Amino acid sequence: MNYLDQFRDKGVVKGLAQRISSLTKGRGRPLTFMEVCGTHTMAIYQYGLRSLLPPEVRLISGPGCPVCVTPNGYLDRAVALSRLPDLIITTFGDMLRVPGSSSSLMEERAKGADIRVVYSPLDAVRIAAGNPQKRVVFLGVGFETTAPTIAGSILTAKAQGIGNYLVLASHKTMPQPMAILSADPELAVDGYICPAHVSAIIGADAYRFLCREYRVPCVVTGFEPTDVMQGVEMLVRQALSGQSKVEIQYSRVVRWEGNAKAQAILAEVFTPFDADWRGIGALPGSGLRIADSYHAFDAERAIAVTVEELKEHQGCLCGEILKGKVSPFDCPLFGKSCTTESPVGACMVSSEGTCAAAYKYAI
Amino acid sequence: MDNDLILLGHGSGGKLSHQLLDDLIIPQLSGAPVAGQNDAALLDIGGTRLAFTTDSYVVDPIFFPGGNIGDLAVNGTVNDLAMMGARPLYLSVAFILEEGFSKRDLSLILASMRRAADAAGIAIVTGDTKVVPKGKGDRIFINTSGIGALEHGLRIDGAAGRVGDKVIVNGSIGDHGIAVLSAREGLEIDSGIRSDSAALNGLVGELLALGGGLHVLRDPTRGGVATTLKEIAIQSGVTIMLHEESLPVSAGVRGVCSILGLDPLYVANEGKLLALVAPERAGEALQIMQGHPNGRGAAIIGEVVESSSGRVLMETSVGGVRGVEMLAGEQLPRIC
Repeated sequence: MNYLDQFRDKGVVKGLAQRISSLTKGRGRPLTFMEVCGTHTMAIYQYGLRSLLPPEVRLISGPGCPVCVTPNGYLDRAVALSRLPDLIITTFGDMLRVPGSSSSLMEERAKGADIRVVYSPLDAVRIAAGNPQKRVVFLGVGFETTAPTIAGSILTAKAQGIGNYLVLASHKTMPQPMAILSADPELAVDGYICPAHVSAIIGADAYRFLCREYRVPCVVTGFEPTDVMQGVEMLVRQALSGQSKVEIQYSRVVRWEGNAKAQAILAEVFTPFDADWRGIGALPGSGLRIADSYHAFDAERAIAVTVEELKEHQGCLCGEILKGKVSPFDCPLFGKSCTTESPVGACMVSSEGTCAAAYKYAI
Repeated sequence: MDNDLILLGHGSGGKLSHQLLDDLIIPQLSGAPVAGQNDAALLDIGGTRLAFTTDSYVVDPIFFPGGNIGDLAVNGTVNDLAMMGARPLYLSVAFILEEGFSKRDLSLILASMRRAADAAGIAIVTGDTKVVPKGKGDRIFINTSGIGALEHGLRIDGAAGRVGDKVIVNGSIGDHGIAVLSAREGLEIDSGIRSDSAALNGLVGELLALGGGLHVLRDPTRGGVATTLKEIAIQSGVTIMLHEESLPVSAGVRGVCSILGLDPLYVANEGKLLALVAPERAGEALQIMQGHPNGRGAAIIGEVVESSSGRVLMETSVGGVRGVEMLAGEQLPRIC
């Protein structure tokens, strides 16, 4: 048996589903749990886990897809940069199709911009080393899971004296948006399926204030189907007994204090700032930008470029969907003018977007 | 958004490809009903029934584990004929070469084309060669067209799926796409996975013994098994239920896919076919496949469960149920 297979065991998943059903049987108001990580959203859809849960348990998706929460203004700047001569944009593939105010990187590439998909920021550093006459900009988007590798790429470029490597950074951090969502009376979240790998970096202690201040149960949960089902069962037990504490379901990876080395590298290269979240707005200290001591690597500060005026997409409910207030099926554009092949909103573009998951996997 | 631009996704074999065909190419060139799209055109010339097809090959890199652009160009077109139940007869070959391309590489490609054609029993009878200036092409592009004879009266058609039909695949899925991807510059994964590139006309010839029990044959190339089954579901007006546990996926393909966030259901194959077979003949079909060198790993992966407007569902490995859509955008450009 493969190591991962034990976490995808049909019998275990079925047993957990039965336990959740018997625990919640006959309850009036359904319990609403939010997963705030796009990988959870995907796992829940991909394994069809909703179809195994009773009607008394409702899973909603939150702002956990890094591409989705990246505002249009960032895309517009990336598009503007891609139009500059002697500049190579390097990015993870998901960013290509995200529509900005009037264009996307995929469109710019079709028009001739040099935009390359990489699987690691270190590939971008290599491209920079191989093209010393050009500037190479990596689009640094993501949570605490990707941010350390991007910080590492900046340190590598510095150590190797590669001066033409830059990062357009728009990193977001958890758990600040969860506080905003917890305070929202419309949402009434009964518990959080807390991110798995983000928590491996920041540590499960980071969620304690949510339990204390908002009386909401938090369970740090892994990405495999047995993890998610067990995480839900732990949330159900807390919610039914009126508890609100942080528990770690994903104990094979996550520690209370997190990963000190990754935290140190983040603190070295980045500095917290008030990041703008699509649908939520600016949140104090909820993002990471490149620290002053590394400003030469900051594409935003080092490259002057005129960015077009911001335009939001009419009718798109991405913002509300990211807050878990409406489901993709409530959006008038979903499946009509907004599909995975011609997306209007970011939630339909990213492979971890709630709308993309619903469009691809819903029954 | 600028809708005038052709995007890489238009060549993915998924939804954008379908849109380009339906909105622009077919209306202007033939006007044939979209529902009639199959892997090859059926022609009746004075009572002789022929299948006719064409395909262009732009795979990058041109050499990959398990094959190269040459055998791919032969096998791919042979398979499009075979999916109509036709016996492949003649092939044309056209090369577009970039100035500066190596004659040694061309010779290697020609040799493997010759071997593939001999193995498939098809004769290469005509061709053309063009050279474009350096930088205006990418080493070598190949187009092949094929003609095959229809020597049976069966209706093997994407629209012929019926409720109860079993869905059978002749072996593990995703090998070609992952083999090509692993060989790409910048990725360099030593996955040990080889392309499944193979001519399937021999296997199809044996499957014809199923007679009227053989309803649909399709090769799941670009867009993978998911996209091909969705096409069949739409054309036949049925719902197909897949069983994730029954899908043959090698450990290597599964591993690379999970690292790169790909779904093997959407990864291209070049030596695989999907057959929809009447339930009472499914056991026999499986036996035929498993007894053939190109079908040793064959498996029943699902069935047609009801009439609908064309849905594909999958019972997941943990017992849940989810929908399966066509490939959207580009998963892996230039895979064939």
